[in-house]
Amino acid sequence: MAEDTRAELSIIYALVEDRPGVLFKVTSLIRRRGFNIETITVGSTEKERVSRITITTRGDARIVEQLIKQLDKIPEVMKIGELDLNDTVFRELAILKVSAQDSAKRQDIYNYISIFRAKVVDVSKDSLIIEIVGNPKKITAFLDLMKGYGIIELARTGIVALPRGGKAGHD
Amino acid sequence: MRLSGARAVVESLKKEKVEVIFGIPGGSTIPLYDALYETSKDSGIRHILARHEQCAAHMADGYARAKGVPGVCTATSGPGATNLITGLAVAYMDSSAVVAITGQVPRQMIGKDAFQEADIVGIATPITKYAIQVNSASAISETIRTAFLLASTNRHGPVVVDIPKDVMYEEVDMDYAENVKIGGYTVRSGEPHPYSIKRALGLMIGSERPLIISGGGVIASKASEELIRLAELMMAPVATTLMGKGSIPENHPLSLGMVGMHGKGEANIAAEEADLIIAVGMRFNDRTIGKMDRFGMNAKIIHIDIDPAEIGKNIRADVPIVADAKKALSTITARLSEMGSKRGESEWTKRIRSLKESFVENYKRENKGMSPGRLMKILRDVIPKSAIVTTGVGQNQMWAALHFEVLEAGTFITSGGLGAMGFGFPASLGAKVACPGRHVFNIDGDGSFIMTEQDLATAVSESIPTVTIVMDNRVLGMVRQWQCMFCEERYSSIDLGKVPDFVKLAEAYGAEGVRVETYSEFEKAVRKGLKTELPLVIDVPIAMDEKVLPMVPPGKSLKEVVWFG
Ligand SMILES: Cc1cc2nc3c(=O)[nH]c(=O)nc-3n(C[C@H](O)[C@H](O)[C@H](O)COP(=O)(O)OP(=O)(O)OC[C@H]3O[C@@H](n4cnc5c(N)ncnc54)[C@H](O)[C@@H]3O)c2cc1C
Ligand SMILES: Cc1ncc(C[n+]2csc(CCOP(=O)(O)OP(=O)(O)O)c2C)c(N)n1
Repeated sequence: MAEDTRAELSIIYALVEDRPGVLFKVTSLIRRRGFNIETITVGSTEKERVSRITITTRGDARIVEQLIKQLDKIPEVMKIGELDLNDTVFRELAILKVSAQDSAKRQDIYNYISIFRAKVVDVSKDSLIIEIVGNPKKITAFLDLMKGYGIIELARTGIVALPRGGKAGHD
Repeated sequence: MRLSGARAVVESLKKEKVEVIFGIPGGSTIPLYDALYETSKDSGIRHILARHEQCAAHMADGYARAKGVPGVCTATSGPGATNLITGLAVAYMDSSAVVAITGQVPRQMIGKDAFQEADIVGIATPITKYAIQVNSASAISETIRTAFLLASTNRHGPVVVDIPKDVMYEEVDMDYAENVKIGGYTVRSGEPHPYSIKRALGLMIGSERPLIISGGGVIASKASEELIRLAELMMAPVATTLMGKGSIPENHPLSLGMVGMHGKGEANIAAEEADLIIAVGMRFNDRTIGKMDRFGMNAKIIHIDIDPAEIGKNIRADVPIVADAKKALSTITARLSEMGSKRGESEWTKRIRSLKESFVENYKRENKGMSPGRLMKILRDVIPKSAIVTTGVGQNQMWAALHFEVLEAGTFITSGGLGAMGFGFPASLGAKVACPGRHVFNIDGDGSFIMTEQDLATAVSESIPTVTIVMDNRVLGMVRQWQCMFCEERYSSIDLGKVPDFVKLAEAYGAEGVRVETYSEFEKAVRKGLKTELPLVIDVPIAMDEKVLPMVPPGKSLKEVVWFG
């Protein structure tokens, strides 16, 4: 799921009734209709039996609209829409294992970690595990820097997002 | 009341007023069949034993389309369930309300590759409106209510309910859920938004050359009356998709017949010349619109559809109206009448009339042997307008589409979206079971009929007398036509040879068969079909060089009609 910069990022949220197979239904539809997505995340919400699915994609507005309308036809989907990027908090988490054998490099890495407000969560003789949370652009920028030191393994979660403001829901 | 899960299934079906189930039993549905046996005296549910589950699904589909209520089929786990798939896919593509109940291996065996296990929910999900497994007997009634609700509201479609065998044995307190809630699914009011109506009226009033294209949604919504009213108020000709065929009686002066790849020349040219296209309950399928970026280039488009996802899916609409066709059309016609805008003859109506007249002779062209067009006309003249006609897939289907005039909405039943050969015959059986008082004729191809012909056994055993007219060209005719027109006559694997003898085939099943060699023999056979108490197969030899014409070659725009192949 390499990041693509061709088209504007769209973030779609869906609140779904948590029934068996609902994630399968969502992904099956995305595949079947040939939509391209960048990330998809699923998790619980403040409500019992309701999950939040967050999908990011890059496509023109018409494709995004079709994706939303088609997903909306899945009966378990209770609410779905696109989030306004200017009015949305969105975050991703990445953990990465970086090779850090000599101490000079290790020092450099620590500097970057502090600039990016990342965190070291595990240390071994010749590597570090770093956790970074934030806007995916920031994560990508950090990863680009880390590439120079050797990323041994990487895991990104995909994006979760909520609209700003006090009210629940997305009206 | 304590009862078994299987019995709860039957009780739930009774609540849904199900009268007929089409199916074949097997290991995992033994409890269900036991419950059907137990209740057979008083449940009022008739079980029709099909000979192939694909046919059971097509029968349920034919039943649903003929009667306007969900059709029900059932199959055992594994192969029984997978055999349903083509039938479910047909129902999905044509938005038909079919409910399929499948058996499944017991819960603790699911995922273990147990005997006759198939992940039918997984397999069916992309080709159904909904597929669900019931995980406890207490969920049965609610799930079945949900299945019928989903199948028969908003845009109709097939639903699979998969029930593990042990759930059917589990005891449960039966209380039928009337109000079920699933996720965000709501039954739409179908009322059009006033603003979109206002904009549509603006376009309508401003147009000089309006054309209505009416689709399957008009038939589903029973909106023919409103459609005709709109056409007459606007003096707008009406073309239909294959699925919309008959939504306006095809002998109506404003009817243009089918538009599209195999549509009528006048309908296709009208679609190119119109300055306003009012598309109702249709989904701009590639067979309908020809070259996509050329379609409606000179026209504004109003698109009325109950499914918001259809708006803008294939063709941009200038004015989208998300609504039930009947409600939208009646609102529009009421407003037009209020405004007193009833139109009369115009340049456009004259143009349409002259287009139609100019092609009359083209349709009458005949080659050696019996002409499919003329056979269709004879059939039309002989059978009552309430008779239901089903079709196979291929040339036979397109000859029916071009030359058999449908005069009542809902009397033409065909596999349009999937185009599944083998649909016509079992669908005719389902339609006949739904409407025993009406005549049902299946116009079929020899290749198509062979795919599901074994259900003649069902027709005979269950006394379902439909008439199948085999347009017997001994080839996979539609494929051959393409090979002739687009592969320089390199005929590859389209020859069906000399077998079978359809008369003997019918007789082997205890049905009747006749072979006809002339128009008058054909007419006689059709008349016999009106009186027959046995299923009847009429074998009609057709020259293999007969083509479906006119035709718009693939990738061409609608006005590039080819009349002679
Ligand atoms: C060999 C072959 C050749 C074919 N050639 C042609 C051809 O030349 N021309 C042609 O048109 N087709 C042709 N077809 C059929 C084609 O494949 C499609 O099945 C057909 O065009 C779809 O018809 P439709 O657009 O009316 O939509 P349908 O599939 O009938 O869908 C109905 C539409 O109406 C909507 N709807 C449902 N209920 C309502 C309601 N209550 N109110 C409002 N809207 C509703 C649905 O959301 C949907 O968009 C051919 C098929 C075969 C097999
Ligand atoms: C199940 C299935 N298999 C293959 C096809 C591809 N196909 C479309 S038309 C056609 C020929 C149909 O032959 P027949 O039923 O004899 O009808 P004809 O065209 O000769 O009238 C074929 C093979 C199909 N539509 N459905």
